[in-house]
Amino acid sequence: MVDEIKVARIRNGTVIDHISPGQGLNVLKILGVNENTISSTVIVGMHVSSNKMASKLKDIVKIEDRELDQSTVDKIALISPDATIVIIRDYYVAKKFKVEIGDHVTGLARCSNPNCITNKGEPICPEFDVISRNPPVLRCSYCERILSNISDNLL
Amino acid sequence: MNGDVSFIGKDIVSINDLSRKDIEYIMDVAETMVPYAKGEKSGRILKGKILGNLFFEPSTRTRLSFESAAHRLGLDVLDVSEMSMTSMAKGETLSDTIRMVDTYCDAIVLRHPHDGAARLAANVAKSPVINAGDGAGSHPTQTLLDLFTIKRSMGSIDGLNIVLLGDLKYGRTVHSLSNALTRFGAKLTFVAPESLQMPQDIIDSLTANNCKPYITDKLDDVIESADVLYVTRIQRERFPDPAEYQKVAGCYRIDNEALRNAKKEMIVMHPLPRVNEIAPEVDDTEHAKYFEQAFNGIPVRMALLSSIMGGEL
Repeated sequence: MVDEIKVARIRNGTVIDHISPGQGLNVLKILGVNENTISSTVIVGMHVSSNKMASKLKDIVKIEDRELDQSTVDKIALISPDATIVIIRDYYVAKKFKVEIGDHVTGLARCSNPNCITNKGEPICPEFDVISRNPPVLRCSYCERILSNISDNLL
Repeated sequence: MNGDVSFIGKDIVSINDLSRKDIEYIMDVAETMVPYAKGEKSGRILKGKILGNLFFEPSTRTRLSFESAAHRLGLDVLDVSEMSMTSMAKGETLSDTIRMVDTYCDAIVLRHPHDGAARLAANVAKSPVINAGDGAGSHPTQTLLDLFTIKRSMGSIDGLNIVLLGDLKYGRTVHSLSNALTRFGAKLTFVAPESLQMPQDIIDSLTANNCKPYITDKLDDVIESADVLYVTRIQRERFPDPAEYQKVAGCYRIDNEALRNAKKEMIVMHPLPRVNEIAPEVDDTEHAKYFEQAFNGIPVRMALLSSIMGGEL
């Protein structure tokens, strides 16, 4: 399995590694990858064996000709707090870092409470206090409800 | 009094924003306000200042007690009691309404149907904002008056056995109250039918604060050891089957028979309005504290207004 992934090296782009198993497709959603937006190679591996992960499994996404902005990296952290971002330039690792979640999250997700003031057309950005980083637990700074199902509520 | 606590200009949005020390400070100030709240003394310490009393949702006790507290302190009150009478009916955002009202007054009291509306108002307004209940979210002044009532009746809150009964799932007062009580080391018991028990996220937050509540659906099992019985209304609209509602509501009706094994000094509280969950015969017993509890809204709200607006007796 590992060999198969090695075969598909990318020349320039980003590898998102150590994604929590099962979250690979949600990472594609965050990247905005769909049939209309694919212009270069995207490789997805799901349930790949990994000794670094507690579950011994990981998902992995490689996307060619794209480097991620901070907001995209922050969203990945919310669904996969152990993920690693590897920037590849001309087949070499130019940069490698772990995603991080701060104490406060702004503008990355909407509140799952339909009665929350942030879902009522007010000119405000949804904000959350981070209660736990791994697994990520977010509490709305406005209505104080815990955000349920983070991946479904990412902006 | 806690001399190092300053409330001037502070927003009161959630009980979670207040430490035990803050809560004790407000209760101490409220105690000094009692004779003024009763009209036995006059102390118009905020004369010349203006309060915006914005109630975008029906309310009787909270709105009237804020208004009464404001008048006792000498405040002038800008009163809005219907959303349809404001520019919000024309589509104005709450943010803009608050920005506008903020320029007309020195402090804002807000009741609003949407959860988190008070936090938004506090972020937008330069003047201090007091949350008078936002949706199913916070109602911190109710929690403060509940704590004040327990303290006045029992002398102290620490270590008391407090039984919360009724609709614990949807009732916002019991959520904030149980969280606040953990700061006083109270022991909590939740009595409700399974369908209306305390939500798991509230129980988790209590457990994280070293409070492990006892959960049951039988009041009889716990009434003997209770120091406080806090009753809430079971709302008919929560039950799709009227017969099921009657069955549940009947089980939790508090009358003298239900209280036969209670301690003599045990108090019964209710945030009101009650429908039929407490029999009128209980009103005449020493246990009944719910009307006193409703009155306590005035000294507590006087304490908050004077503390955040900078008045001292």
